[in-house]
Amino acid sequence: MIRRLEDMTLGQRRAIWAWGFLALPVVFYVSIRFYPTLEAFRASFTNWNIVGRMEYIGVANYVRLAHDPAFWKVIGNTFTYLGLGVPISMLLSFVIAYHLDRVRFGHGLLRALYFIPHLTTAVAMAWVWRWFYQPPPIGAFNVWLTTLGFGQMPFLRSTTQALPAVLAPAIWAGIGFQIVIFLAGLKAIPRTYYEAAAIDGAGAWRVLFEVTLPLLRPTIVFLVVTSSIAYLRIFDYVYAMTNGQGGPLDTTKPLVLKIFETAFTHFEMGYAATQTIVLFVILLAISLLQLKLLRSR
Amino acid sequence: MSAAGPPQGARPPGRVRRAATLGGEPSTRTRTMAPGNIAVWTLLLLGGIVMVMPFVYMLAASFKFNHEIYELSLLPREATLDNYRRLFERSGFPRWFGNSLLIATVTTASVLFFDSLVGYTLAKFRFRGRYLVFIAILSTLMIPTEMLVLPWYSMARNFGWLDTYWGVAFPGLMTGFGTFLMKQFFEGIPDDLLDAGRLDGLNEFQVWWQVALPLVTPALSALAIFTFLGNWTAFLWPLIAITDRNLYTLPVGLASFSGEFQTEWEMVMTGASVATIPTILVFLLLQRYIIRGISLAGLKA
Repeated sequence: MIRRLEDMTLGQRRAIWAWGFLALPVVFYVSIRFYPTLEAFRASFTNWNIVGRMEYIGVANYVRLAHDPAFWKVIGNTFTYLGLGVPISMLLSFVIAYHLDRVRFGHGLLRALYFIPHLTTAVAMAWVWRWFYQPPPIGAFNVWLTTLGFGQMPFLRSTTQALPAVLAPAIWAGIGFQIVIFLAGLKAIPRTYYEAAAIDGAGAWRVLFEVTLPLLRPTIVFLVVTSSIAYLRIFDYVYAMTNGQGGPLDTTKPLVLKIFETAFTHFEMGYAATQTIVLFVILLAISLLQLKLLRSR
Repeated sequence: MSAAGPPQGARPPGRVRRAATLGGEPSTRTRTMAPGNIAVWTLLLLGGIVMVMPFVYMLAASFKFNHEIYELSLLPREATLDNYRRLFERSGFPRWFGNSLLIATVTTASVLFFDSLVGYTLAKFRFRGRYLVFIAILSTLMIPTEMLVLPWYSMARNFGWLDTYWGVAFPGLMTGFGTFLMKQFFEGIPDDLLDAGRLDGLNEFQVWWQVALPLVTPALSALAIFTFLGNWTAFLWPLIAITDRNLYTLPVGLASFSGEFQTEWEMVMTGASVATIPTILVFLLLQRYIIRGISLAGLKA
C-alpha cells in the first residue's frame, strides 16, 4: 500500500514535469497551428476582405471557385508541374544514384556536385536561370542554340515554353535531395540479395527489376510523395521568374500563386482561404492515394 | 565520405575484392575500375559539372565589368570586386543579409530547444495524454503552410506584428518535423543512463539538458542545418509579413531586384552570389552531417 503510494507520487511528479515541458509548446501548437487551421476553414465560408465585416456566405466561395475558369487554369498548370516534374526528376535521380552507388573513387565529390543545387535560395537561382533564358547576346542558352545553328527560343516569353522553362530549375534544384535519399536506400539493401542473384546467374537488368527496385519500394514511395507535394506547392521559382505574375497570360501560374494574388493583391481573403482548402484536400488525397497504390502493387 | 556512408563492414564483398587485387598494382584507379566503369564515371562527372554550371556562371559574372557580361567566357579578363562594393553601398543588401541571419539564427535556436524538449518528453515520459499530444503534433505535418498564412496574416495584423522580426519568425519557432525526428532519436537512449542522472540528484530538466541532449548531438546538428537553411531560403511568409524594404529578408530583397537592377545582370548575379555563397560554405564545412542527416531523416520518415 505504502509502496504503491510512493510509486504514484513519483509518477505524478514525472507527469508534472512532462506537462511543464509541454506547456509552452501546447500553447504554440494550439494558437499557431490548430487555431489557424480552423480559421482557414471558417474563413472559406465568409466574404472576409480584411477591411470590411466578415459575413458568412455559406458555400458561395466554393460555387464561385467551381465556375472560375482562372481557377481551373491554375489547377491545370499545377498538375502539369506535377505530371512533368515528378517522373522526370525521379528518373534522373534514380539513374544517377544507381550509378553513383557503385562508384568508389571520388564518390563524395560527385555526390556533392549533384547535391549543391538543392541548398540554394530559389529566388537567387531563378535569377541565374532567367539570365540564361534571355535573348542573345545576353542569354547563354540562346547563344549556344544560335552557335549550333538552331534558331533562338523565346523561353519565358512564350506561352508554351514558359512553364517547362520555370520547371527546369525546380527539377535541377530538387534532384540532389532525391539522389541522396536514393543512395541511402540503395545502401540499405543487404549485399546477400545481390550475391544470391549472382549465384542464380541473373543479369544486371534482371537484378535491377527483380531485386533493386522492389526492395527500394519504401524509398520510392517516400520520394514520389514528397516530390509530388513539392511540385503541387511550387511558388518561389514561378514568382521570381515571372515578376510575381505567373505569365505570360497565366500560363505558368500555379495554385499557390493564385492564392497569394487573391489574398494580397485583390484582398479577397475568404475566397483565397477557399483555394487553400482545395490545396489541402489535394495534398491529402495525393498522399493517401499514392501510399495506397504503391503499397498494393 | 566514409563517415557519411554505412559502417565499413557493410560491404564485405567489395572489401574482399579490393584486398584480393591489392598485390602489386600501382594505382587506385586501375585497380578498381573496368573500362565500362570509367565511362560511367566520366559521364557522372560531366553530369555533375553541368549541375554546378549555373553557380560557376553566376560567380564569374559577379566579378565581371558590365561591358564583359555579354561574353560567355568563364574567367573575366579583368576581375573586379566593384560589383560587390556597389551592391553593399547602393542597395539594402547588407541590411537584408543581417535580417536573414538574425531571423534564421533565432528560429533555429528556438526549434532546437523546443523540438528536442518536446521530442524527449514524448519519448521518455509516461503520462496521460502523451499519445494525444504526439498525434496532434504529428498531424500538423499534414497542414500546408499556404493554408496557414492567411490566418497568420490577420493574427499578425491584429497584434501589430507585421513589419517586425517577430512577425517573420513566430510561425516557425517549433516544428512538427523536428519534434518527430528528435523523438525517434531519444527513444534510442537507454533509460538506465537517465536514471543514473536522477540518482546523482539531477532534476528532470537537468537530466534532459546534461545527460540526454549530449547523446543526440548528430541529430541536433542535422536539425540545426535543415532549420537554418529552411529559414534562410524561406520566401512565401516573409514576402507576406514584410512590406518595409529595410526589413526584407535576402530572398524577398532579391525578388525585388526586378525593378532595381533589371538590365544590370552582373549586379543581379552579385546579389544572387551573396545569397548563395553562405549556404554553399555551410555545406562544404558540414557536408557529412548534412548528407547523413538527410539520409536519416528520409529513412525515419
